[in-house]
Amino acid sequence: MPKTIPQPDEVSKPFWDFVDQQKLTLQYCTACSRYQYPVRAQCYDCGKADNLTWKEVQGKGHILETMVVHDTRVVRRKIDVPFNVALVSLDEAPYINFLSNLPGTTAHEAPQGAPVELIFEPLEGAPGRFIHEWRVTK
Amino acid sequence: MTTDFDRGWQRNKTGLGVWEHRAKVAIAGYGYSELDRRWDGVSLDRTIGAFQVDAMEKAIADAGLTAADIDGLMVCPEAAGDSWAQADRGMNRPYFDPPYDTEDGLSYTTAEWLIAEFARRGTPLSNLKYIDGKAPYIGPEMGKAAQAVGDGLAKNLIMTYNMGNVEGRYHLEEGIYSPSGRQWSAPWGWMTSAMMQHAFVFLQYCTKYGGSRDNLAPFVINQRRNGLMTPWSFYTQHEPYQITVEDYLDARPVAWPVTILDSDRPVQHAAAFLFTTADRAKDMKQKPIYVLSHAQMTRPSRSTMGTIEDHEAATEDLVKILYDGAGVTAKDLDVFNPYDGFAVFTQTYLEAFQWHDVKRGEAFDFYKGDIRVEGPHPFNSSGGNLGNGRTRTAMYTDSIEQLRGIAGPRQIRLKAETAACGQVTPTSNGHIYLSTVAD
Ligand SMILES: [Zn+2]
Repeated sequence: MPKTIPQPDEVSKPFWDFVDQQKLTLQYCTACSRYQYPVRAQCYDCGKADNLTWKEVQGKGHILETMVVHDTRVVRRKIDVPFNVALVSLDEAPYINFLSNLPGTTAHEAPQGAPVELIFEPLEGAPGRFIHEWRVTK
Repeated sequence: MTTDFDRGWQRNKTGLGVWEHRAKVAIAGYGYSELDRRWDGVSLDRTIGAFQVDAMEKAIADAGLTAADIDGLMVCPEAAGDSWAQADRGMNRPYFDPPYDTEDGLSYTTAEWLIAEFARRGTPLSNLKYIDGKAPYIGPEMGKAAQAVGDGLAKNLIMTYNMGNVEGRYHLEEGIYSPSGRQWSAPWGWMTSAMMQHAFVFLQYCTKYGGSRDNLAPFVINQRRNGLMTPWSFYTQHEPYQITVEDYLDARPVAWPVTILDSDRPVQHAAAFLFTTADRAKDMKQKPIYVLSHAQMTRPSRSTMGTIEDHEAATEDLVKILYDGAGVTAKDLDVFNPYDGFAVFTQTYLEAFQWHDVKRGEAFDFYKGDIRVEGPHPFNSSGGNLGNGRTRTAMYTDSIEQLRGIAGPRQIRLKAETAACGQVTPTSNGHIYLSTVAD
């Protein structure tokens, strides 16, 4: 599963630095009391940047749904087809969702609604870097 | 000349009430080009620019006007559909003599190019007062054109849109790094396309209300059927046979549950619409089609992906703006052509519009019934993108033909005095409400 390598920008760099330390740390607006993912320059709710902080979350979630990619334009992923792409909601903030390939779960066999836990995968071709992933809780 | 009209023209929030120009604006002419699967790279009379001028000439003539009568021009200049992008090919395209010495006219068309081409053909658009060369895609563009005429920016406005397609495989996402917005999606194999977002929401729909992809079969088959009643559709021209339930169930998966038969086939095609004031339209060649309302919706996802709750809420707000603007309710809507490029989200629109009293969770049962144009529930009489190829305009041209009573074999057997149609996806779209009756 050679994922493409996320290229951090000015705004997202702290997020990916945390991920490389194997921590899932999201933006959090203290004015709105809301987490935010993906990273944005401003809060989705209040539109301001002033109150955005970083807050680590626990790595527990649930599978909302899972599709299966059979053909892809993402060239680096072509050798992986067919593969799962799940949408995972975060238990402590269910309005936050993440993509996941559900490593360890065969394509077309992902259990809808199942609990998942956070893991960190090393990124092929980027020594020392990681990416957040989710696997079905045993 | 006015070239900027981007100051809050959109009707994109609830509570706006009846549209201030309700029935004061009309569509008095329409036209469309031929349809090709793709441009062959050599035929200069079949470029997207040439097709677009053809469509515009037909729309102007349809209204009984000439190029000199046109005082407003609205063009979406973006490369629409799958066009020859250098970024995809890593090389330059060989060009031709003017007017094809740049990409303009080949993979997109600008207002300047169209104006020059009308002049070159000896029928200059010599009285333009209002030019909008930066209009959005067809969904909001229709509303913008209606608003511009209502606001008095032009009296006879020609509005045009194209979808282009060239040879080969394109939009490949190459390289091992994913920058900007792609850093949040491409690593997991997410493609830049509406396909995967809507696959998720469709799966959520099935979990919430029951059913599966199999329940879309009668809808997709009926779209093809309607497209086969359209003489110029891709399928009439090139694959003139019906698909079966088995074809649909066995279709090649792309991002399961979305298969190749849930996806629209890219084509090369253009359409144009002549908007004018209701007063002028009454004296023109065709029966006026009044614009009763328009509405737009743009609602970015809060997190990585929008959910079914987001899509249901967005479409319900959209419909409220549209219906309130027209002063109508669901039971007033005769002809309904919601977007279908991909098949997996059309039910979100159907249920939000409550056309023929279809409520949330009832679309699959509705699809099982008689949705043929001859029947009691002539759903999506255009055949949409799935039935015609990815024109994005067939929903509009069919709606006009239904209201004029000239849709031929596709003509619905029920009353056809009002129509609603739009583009594109549930959280990013524009819609328009049309009527043959002004009061
Ligand atoms: Zn905030």
